[in-house]
Amino acid sequence: MSEPMVKAERVRKRFGRLEVLKGISLEVEPKEVTCLLGPSGSGKTTFLRCINHLEEINAGRLWVDGELVGYRQVGNKLHELHESDVARKRAEIGMVFQRFNLFPHMTAIENIIEAPVQVKGVRRRDAIDSARQLLKRVGLEDKTDEYPSRLSGGQQQRLAIARALAMDPKLMLFDEPTSALDPELVKEVLDVMRALAREGMTMIVVTHELGFARDVADTVVFMDEGAIVEQGKPAVVLESPREERTKRFLGLVQEH
Amino acid sequence: MTDPVSATPEITETEPPGEIEAVPVRHLGRWISAAVIFVFIVALARSVATNPRFQWDVVGHYLFTGPILRGLVTTLELTALAMAIGIVLGIVLALMRLSRSLLLSSVSWIYIWLLRGTPVLVQLLFWNFIAALYPSIDLGIPFGPSFVHLDANSLITPFVAATLALGLNEGAYMSEIIRAGIISVDEGQTDAAQALGMTRLKTMRRIVLPQAMRVIIPPTGNETISMLKTTSLVAFIALTDLLYSAQLIYARTYETIPLLIVASIWYLAVTSVLSISQYYIERYFGRGATREASLTLFQRIRLGIWPRHVDVTEEGQILDQAGARRSGGEHR
Repeated sequence: MSEPMVKAERVRKRFGRLEVLKGISLEVEPKEVTCLLGPSGSGKTTFLRCINHLEEINAGRLWVDGELVGYRQVGNKLHELHESDVARKRAEIGMVFQRFNLFPHMTAIENIIEAPVQVKGVRRRDAIDSARQLLKRVGLEDKTDEYPSRLSGGQQQRLAIARALAMDPKLMLFDEPTSALDPELVKEVLDVMRALAREGMTMIVVTHELGFARDVADTVVFMDEGAIVEQGKPAVVLESPREERTKRFLGLVQEH
Repeated sequence: MTDPVSATPEITETEPPGEIEAVPVRHLGRWISAAVIFVFIVALARSVATNPRFQWDVVGHYLFTGPILRGLVTTLELTALAMAIGIVLGIVLALMRLSRSLLLSSVSWIYIWLLRGTPVLVQLLFWNFIAALYPSIDLGIPFGPSFVHLDANSLITPFVAATLALGLNEGAYMSEIIRAGIISVDEGQTDAAQALGMTRLKTMRRIVLPQAMRVIIPPTGNETISMLKTTSLVAFIALTDLLYSAQLIYARTYETIPLLIVASIWYLAVTSVLSISQYYIERYFGRGATREASLTLFQRIRLGIWPRHVDVTEEGQILDQAGARRSGGEHR
């Protein structure tokens, strides 16, 4: 059995007095797709942001690829990592946001090459070559020099995925990637994600797309009020959930 | 008021409706006010041109003389140096202010409080008389031996005092402008940059500041134009800038009004150049921010005067086409 790509052990997170994560324990194996479901405010997004240390956890332990996130353990003591070390680890994890967060002052291809050139020190010419391939992969080869403001929501999100892939990540985090999209644009983004899953990318996806979770996920995790309510194979959790809260949530989501 | 709408093509069932060529509404009030303003402007221009006390010949005589031009150069140097100091200092103070360190942010706050809270003229005089406070300046190890010994009187010339006073004062104002610009950038941009592995400094330099520029540029243009005129305060420390040079001449010749006009013409000329540069700098930093084509100043003016005869391509080029109806804003 290989080492899990992500391992969380009783992770807790507070914002002021509000406890948003109340002891999350979870393992994600390499090449697996894990979908996090749950009502808004259940802590899914916060947990996702903890994995690449955009949020600091208050208690528990979190590992990515066998290494502690944000800290170094010496004996029994945790030492905070220097900012540059945190940045280096983040560079290995791709993240896709609900609101795309593309760089508006850069064209599509500039968005993609920014991090490889600035963070990894890839030569600009090489970065452009691989960026063109990425644009082709997400079906945007004709939008190379467009600014994000001139792209549709679906195109923007596909560009954001390409931007994350340009860093050659070993893990991809998706934070409600289709929630800000018009219904007819959701499919083009999910198709790119499906292709990525088929290629064996390890993915953690916060989503409300039950169809995607059913087809693509290896594991579905249902969260509510900062805790994991149940998890398992999609067929089990989505078709015959054990917990009352899961049933109620799935009923509400499927109704419309 | 019922002109026949002759140009409207007949709409048949097979033909799609043609573009609307309606007769615009006539605004009687606008015509009357335009006439009143026109009469007023003509009367004013006539009085300015014919009143001999303006002494336009004297204005013309002094406009390009040596002392005036040398004064203009000093004014431009002071403005450029003070703004450069102000902008660099402003960035540092803004970053300090936004820092998580309480010490850094309070130092920045106190600096801004002190420099914004006292008149810039007072600060100018302070720097000019700094030698009274610190007759000599020593560089070396703090509380230890000193390596360089400088006489404050010879080091702080009026020009240095003016540059320091205006630049350090401007830093306080610029820092607030830059801070507002940084805050205006969506937090998601920082999230995205950091998720890609950028450090905070790189995120600031590559992602946040370029976007903050859109908010920073207009008030900075304002500050530069304001600085151009604030430099005239240096007359108080007998530095021969544009205004003081003019004053020195009229103190001798009593041609007060024409020399003030000479100075004003130069201030206006420089302000015009600065305003036009600002337009182009804004256009550069606005790239990607709007879906509309971005026009050059000349294109904008043409579009404003003859919107009906100008067509703009998506790349921002103007095509002349008689009867073309589309304006820049209608493009996707």
